[in-house]
Amino acid sequence: MALLDIRQRTGYLFMAVIIGHIILISAQVNTERGVPLLEAVTFGAFAEVQRGASSMIGGVRTSWDDYLALQSVRSDNEQLRNEVAQLQVALQQQRALAQQSRTLVDLLKLREGTKLDTVAAGVIAGSASPDFRTLTIDKGSADGLRPDMAVIAPAGVVGRIITPSARAAKVQLLIDRNAAAGAIVERSRAQGVVEGTGGSLQLNYVSGTADVKSGDVVSTSGIDGIYPKGFVIGQIESVERVAGAFGAIVIRPAVDFSSIEAVLVVTTPPLSGLEGPAAADEGAVAEPTARARE
Amino acid sequence: MKAVGVLIAIALALALQTTLARFLVGGTVALDLVLVVVVYVALTSGPVTGMLAGSVAGIIQDTLSSGVIGIGGLAKCIVGFLAGAIGQQFIVTAALPRLVMFLGATAGHAAVFMGLYVLLGLRSFPAPWAAILSQALGNAAVGMIAFAIIESLPGMAERRRVRRRM
Repeated sequence: MALLDIRQRTGYLFMAVIIGHIILISAQVNTERGVPLLEAVTFGAFAEVQRGASSMIGGVRTSWDDYLALQSVRSDNEQLRNEVAQLQVALQQQRALAQQSRTLVDLLKLREGTKLDTVAAGVIAGSASPDFRTLTIDKGSADGLRPDMAVIAPAGVVGRIITPSARAAKVQLLIDRNAAAGAIVERSRAQGVVEGTGGSLQLNYVSGTADVKSGDVVSTSGIDGIYPKGFVIGQIESVERVAGAFGAIVIRPAVDFSSIEAVLVVTTPPLSGLEGPAAADEGAVAEPTARARE
Repeated sequence: MKAVGVLIAIALALALQTTLARFLVGGTVALDLVLVVVVYVALTSGPVTGMLAGSVAGIIQDTLSSGVIGIGGLAKCIVGFLAGAIGQQFIVTAALPRLVMFLGATAGHAAVFMGLYVLLGLRSFPAPWAAILSQALGNAAVGMIAFAIIESLPGMAERRRVRRRM
């Protein structure tokens, strides 16, 4: 047993001496790259230790960061929700601006396409009572607006000015029950009077022999002294005949009155009835004037 | 006391080696007297002493030469350890075993020494066999003579017997 111990100690001592020699040799020998072998081996071994330590620290750090991230994820989520809400509002505002821009562009085209003097105005309010179909625009008498001036939109006729103030004006929509306009069926040149029904339009006073059918486009005739000739009112939706005469001729308005944002107020009175965009292709209308009713 | 004796023996071997070297540079016989001392110490004192003696002698020899310090020390350390271990396990008091020990020690030393240099790319040893063989024979001859001289000294054999009984 004692011999075994001596041998074991001798072996350990031998290994220690061998390692000492190897270290001594390595301190002097350079590698192919010119680095001392001891330095290279020591650095390589220590680099592995560093790599392991770095991986361990990185793992701990990642775990800690993940934990912190989980801690802050709630507040971040709340913040992001708020940002999303704000962005949605901003997006809606941008869409509204874009829509308004398109509307203004259409108005500009309409203004350039007609020979009439117009004033652009924005819609700032609707009707105060459901029994009356009116709008309030942001231009008034200070801008040259007077009662019975026609109000038009790119899609068609909107109505007329009924109450101008200095900086605003009330517009009676054509669909109001007290509104009316001289009209003509573009295809057959049949004339009549378009009157509001509260929600839609109805073509009245049409001769029983006139050629009127569904799908015909109805525009202003200009004989009422308010609306210039040739502006689109709407399209005939249904035609009813009673004992050889026309009953109810229902017109679907060309303008969506619920989405009007900007309009043009025609400041030039319709003297000749040839002011509208479609007047160039049409002849003079020799029909009795249809006055708009208030 | 034994350590001092070993160190003196190594110092004498180195002094003699450096003195004789200038006469043996161009010759075919190359002796390593330090190795002979290490083998002798290992055979007479055991592997630990042989190992330490080989380490110290080899490092000093390396220091005095232009080689890498430690390669000769490592080679002589291994040789000293193995020679001491073999000397403890086998009876090497006869001439032939001692001759074999010196031959083998020289071959082993050369293998480790040259192998390390070649392995590290520091030197090349083309056709070393003749040099190794001649050195082995020379070391063996010197070693055999050294053993014979030392053992012929007055009271040396008796002292060795007493030492072994203890």
